[in-house]
Amino acid sequence: MEVRVVNVRKEFERFPALHDVSLDIRSGELIALLGPSGSGKTTLLRLIAGLERPTKGAIFFGEEDASQKSIQERNVGFVFQHYALFRHMTVADNIGFGLKVRHGAARPSAQEIRRRASELLDLVQLSGLEKRYPAQLSGGQRQRVALARAMAIEPKVLLLDEPFGALDAQVRRELRRWLREIHDATGHTTVFVTHDQEEALELADRVVVMSQGRIEQVGSADEIYDIPNSPFVYNFVGESSSLPVKVEDGQLWIADRPIGLSAPQGAPSGQALLYFRPHDVELLDGCSGCIAGTVAASRRVAGTRRVELEVGGERQRVEIELPVDHPAAQKSRVAFRPRRWKLFPAS
Amino acid sequence: MNTAPAKAGWRFRQPSVIPGFGLTLGFSLAYLTLIILIPLSGLVWRSAALGWTDFWAIAADRRTLNALKISFGAAFIAAAVNVVFGTIVAWVLVRYRFPGRRIADAMVDLPFALPTAVAGIALTTLYAPNGWIGHLLMPLGIKVAYTPLGIVIALVFIGLPFVVRTVQPIMEEIDKEVEEAAASLGANRFQIITRVLFPGLAPAIVTGFSLAFARGVGEYGSVIFIAGNLPFKSEIAPLLIVIRLEEYNYAAATAIAAIMLALSFLMLLVINLVQSWSRKRYG
Repeated sequence: MEVRVVNVRKEFERFPALHDVSLDIRSGELIALLGPSGSGKTTLLRLIAGLERPTKGAIFFGEEDASQKSIQERNVGFVFQHYALFRHMTVADNIGFGLKVRHGAARPSAQEIRRRASELLDLVQLSGLEKRYPAQLSGGQRQRVALARAMAIEPKVLLLDEPFGALDAQVRRELRRWLREIHDATGHTTVFVTHDQEEALELADRVVVMSQGRIEQVGSADEIYDIPNSPFVYNFVGESSSLPVKVEDGQLWIADRPIGLSAPQGAPSGQALLYFRPHDVELLDGCSGCIAGTVAASRRVAGTRRVELEVGGERQRVEIELPVDHPAAQKSRVAFRPRRWKLFPAS
Repeated sequence: MNTAPAKAGWRFRQPSVIPGFGLTLGFSLAYLTLIILIPLSGLVWRSAALGWTDFWAIAADRRTLNALKISFGAAFIAAAVNVVFGTIVAWVLVRYRFPGRRIADAMVDLPFALPTAVAGIALTTLYAPNGWIGHLLMPLGIKVAYTPLGIVIALVFIGLPFVVRTVQPIMEEIDKEVEEAAASLGANRFQIITRVLFPGLAPAIVTGFSLAFARGVGEYGSVIFIAGNLPFKSEIAPLLIVIRLEEYNYAAATAIAAIMLALSFLMLLVINLVQSWSRKRYG
């Protein structure tokens, strides 16, 4: 099922949580809403589910306007951050709940419900736990039951709110791979919320980066990582370094020295901020048209060395990565030029 | 897999890392003995002095039987009424924010604090045939004061806080997400309440019921004013005990008391068993 969010605005008691957000989710896609807390990602998910109503704008399921439909009518599978299992019901009863509350002819027979429940338990690799109560399960197992329960109603869309947030790192990685497999096997359109960039980039077909109630960028992991379109995305996803520069005569300058990068078409002259990835730099020997600085601090990070350079007369600090065997020591001079970079107006 | 079956038999719970298990257990037992067990065994002792035939004659006496029936019956009905309305009151206090909520919340405790005689006199004044409420009910043919119905009303008043105060904290703990999960699975409001919320509250409601019931069985002060105290009709067992005491018939008084004790203990035991069963299931 294709989901379209069109110019949605949501206010909580006059406080805007989402400003004019639009998003197209393709059928069968696995999409991540990524952002820091307070960015509106959970609000957007709850709006799609129908747990909240938009203040303005509309949400379409396929061609149908679902904005004013209740959550019961929307037929979405929602997995809550803390699972929200019914603790007085067995695992099988939890999974069968959505079928049991249907009315009349839509309700399958008790036998059929049991069969579906055990089928779904097989899918989430928990066969044999039908009779357990949620209190008797581990966190990872509860998460799987919650997902099986959401899938039991054959939802049009599967929505997951921080699905792995409450689990430890090991289980998280396992479940991540497992969710991807389930998604590929069932083909549900799936939206999940996360604040973990690694999770979003690894798992999702497309990532929606959000900040302060707005969508900053939508794209594949490669696009988000390699071509960030705002300083926020640069900072939030992966490592980034930035330097204040000056645009003049189609060139970028630090103080009165050109750094060997030509300004993009249409960049206005004046102050600007240069963003790049610390590892995506070219080290240079001589310096005619480069950024040069003295090493102020140096740290070993896994397979590389991260050095902080003081650049220019104003001693702007900037971080880059060097090979471990690079001879640069304290106070020595290092010259480099970013390979991939982007210019943003100085704020 | 080859696991040895758990060792059968009864034993002390393993002492925890917190020291003082022996001391605290000893203290608890000594305290309970001093405060509850000794007075109660004195009661049983006194009534045992009667001998079986005399005891049975008092127990099977029509006046005693009627008084017991009224006491336990009225307490049961009142506790049942309190379960329904107490749960609703707790729901409103927990779920809604309205002006005066704190005052309403505080008001629930009034029956705890009020001297029961004051409550009895106030209720009698209201429900007497010429009282504010009584004169409205009179034309409908409903007589409240000086009838068993009056006893029920007094016990409803006395028992309300027990239900509200046991259900309220459990209700506050209900996770909003659980309701939303049920809604997302297609359950309507009624199904959410009956299938998801109520089963979670049931143990607390049973506790509230048993507390209100136990209190109602033993209630004396408020009831004697409104009941009218007609033998065979609206005479409660505690009052009959007092009457026997005033006749210096200590043996009969203790006999009735012993019967009340046994019945109450039995009912509370059953309620406790129901509770531990449900707790085991739902963790």
